[in-house]
Amino acid sequence: MADTITDLTETEAQAQAEAFRAGRDERAIAAAKETRTPTVVVDDVHIVYKVHGASAGKGSATSALSRLISRKRSPAITEVHAVRGVSFTAYKGEAIGLIGSNGSGKSTLLSAIAGLLPTEKGGIYTNGQPSLLGVNAALMDDLTGERNVVLGCLAMGMSPAQVKERYQGIVDFSGINEKGEFINLPMRTYSSGMAARLRFSIAAAKTHDVLLIDEALSTGDQAFQRRSEARIRELRKEAGTVFLVSHNNNAIRDTCERTIWIETGKLIMDGPTDEVVGMYERGERP
Amino acid sequence: MSTVSEPVNLSLPGGVDTGLTPKQLADKYGLTVSGARPGLFAYTKQLWGRRHFIMAFATARLVAQYTTAKMGQVWQVVTPLLNCAVFYLVFGVMLKNRDIPEYIPWLCTGVFIFQFSQSAIQSGTGAISYNLGLIRALHFPRACVPIAFTVIQLQQLLISMVVLIAILLGFQIPVGPTWLLVIPALLFQSLFNTGLALIMARIGAKTSDVSQLMPFILRTWMYVSGVMYSIAGSVHTWNPVAQFIMRVNPASVYMELIRHSLMPQIYDKHKYAKYQVLPPHIWALAIGWGVVMFVIGYVFFWKAEEEYGRG
Repeated sequence: MADTITDLTETEAQAQAEAFRAGRDERAIAAAKETRTPTVVVDDVHIVYKVHGASAGKGSATSALSRLISRKRSPAITEVHAVRGVSFTAYKGEAIGLIGSNGSGKSTLLSAIAGLLPTEKGGIYTNGQPSLLGVNAALMDDLTGERNVVLGCLAMGMSPAQVKERYQGIVDFSGINEKGEFINLPMRTYSSGMAARLRFSIAAAKTHDVLLIDEALSTGDQAFQRRSEARIRELRKEAGTVFLVSHNNNAIRDTCERTIWIETGKLIMDGPTDEVVGMYERGERP
Repeated sequence: MSTVSEPVNLSLPGGVDTGLTPKQLADKYGLTVSGARPGLFAYTKQLWGRRHFIMAFATARLVAQYTTAKMGQVWQVVTPLLNCAVFYLVFGVMLKNRDIPEYIPWLCTGVFIFQFSQSAIQSGTGAISYNLGLIRALHFPRACVPIAFTVIQLQQLLISMVVLIAILLGFQIPVGPTWLLVIPALLFQSLFNTGLALIMARIGAKTSDVSQLMPFILRTWMYVSGVMYSIAGSVHTWNPVAQFIMRVNPASVYMELIRHSLMPQIYDKHKYAKYQVLPPHIWALAIGWGVVMFVIGYVFFWKAEEEYGRG
């Protein structure tokens, strides 16, 4: 799988992306009228963060002791209402972009879909276990890239034979070895772009029912971004659903046919990419 | 709620599903609550499927542990030896606790066996919090991490055991068939340690204050477990309840069992005036502690499976 992508030339990849974009909105609208299989159902979800140690001046030993004695809850807990009543349904084979300004609740929503954050109200239902790929999801920093590939694949449930078979494909896809034998160095010596590329390559080696990508592609270089966009399209053909959070609107345009726009934890718009991203860029509100 | 003004909403179900609410749609297609905890049997099956991961993770961690030290893996052998030397200096030479026959091999066995449980608990406490990156990035049964950490301790113990055998041979302790009993004894101690590591992993994941307390608890446990003095020789004047508690202490059970397996002759009253006494029902206690602690720890850890990596 990954080998076929590395063989693509730049122009071929470009042509593939353009063919994908032509007439996409119309196709998406037509498909919405058919019976589709849902993979993620987000039903009126509210997410409230509890942040410890946010307010100042209450960290002293005596105040901590008096709290323990009086059995009061720590006053240093601040509640942040990050997502306020978002609902949508994602279907098989869709790639959905999530846009919105910094702190609008996109990443929080993805964490909740991945099951890493509890919902305060409402429900999130998924087909299988979604995998979240975030930019700061460090694997094992003190181990070599090679060890990380092997361990990551084993952790995702591959057998040692499968890992052996796919290892070279993953390394080639990441492009880590393009400038020397970096794969044999500990991951703490990697640049953030290299580490992000390797993490994406590991996660993309497996077919996921639902793959959530949080800014993980923005750190890679041009050639890698082309390869990963092609891989995302492949994942969708294998009947998966892909969510992509990015501040790079072109990445969303090239990868997703549907886009959800979130602002201050509320859903602003949910529709065909060119329409939603167009409105977002012009600063209009529906 | 959605404020979409388009004629076609990409989110609403089409075709035969038109008009279903989100909840009905989720039920119809058998979607499950994201991040829900699997049943105990399904969980065990998933965990078994990750056995290669557990072994590979343990080996990689063990190798990485000493990569920043110049002498590398030599420390795996040197550290337990230094420990023994310190205890011998304080309890053997300064406090003249040498009336126990074969005191140095006896002490080393105790130090190594106690260290096995102690380090399993210590690494278990930090297992979740030190691996948050991995836990948040990939999806796998979380019990893999504390179990892998116990496997690391077992691998380290096996290295210590080689050192111990060298010490025993150096003190001319005869090799006997009872040495084979070390294998089942260590097996049950490993079960006990895994259970304890799982419990500490869940507690440590929620309450980071525990890691501040652990050194004190472990030190107290070491001093009451008879690592460097003989429990049987010290408690015979105490009241029966206190004696019972000292005897069923799992750390002393495993230590006593392995000392007896390696050096049965020091328990022989015809050979030594200051002979050692093996507490009654010691195998039953060893098996009981191992199995019970493992089951409790496993269920206790699994109960919070969906919560690791949150927050």
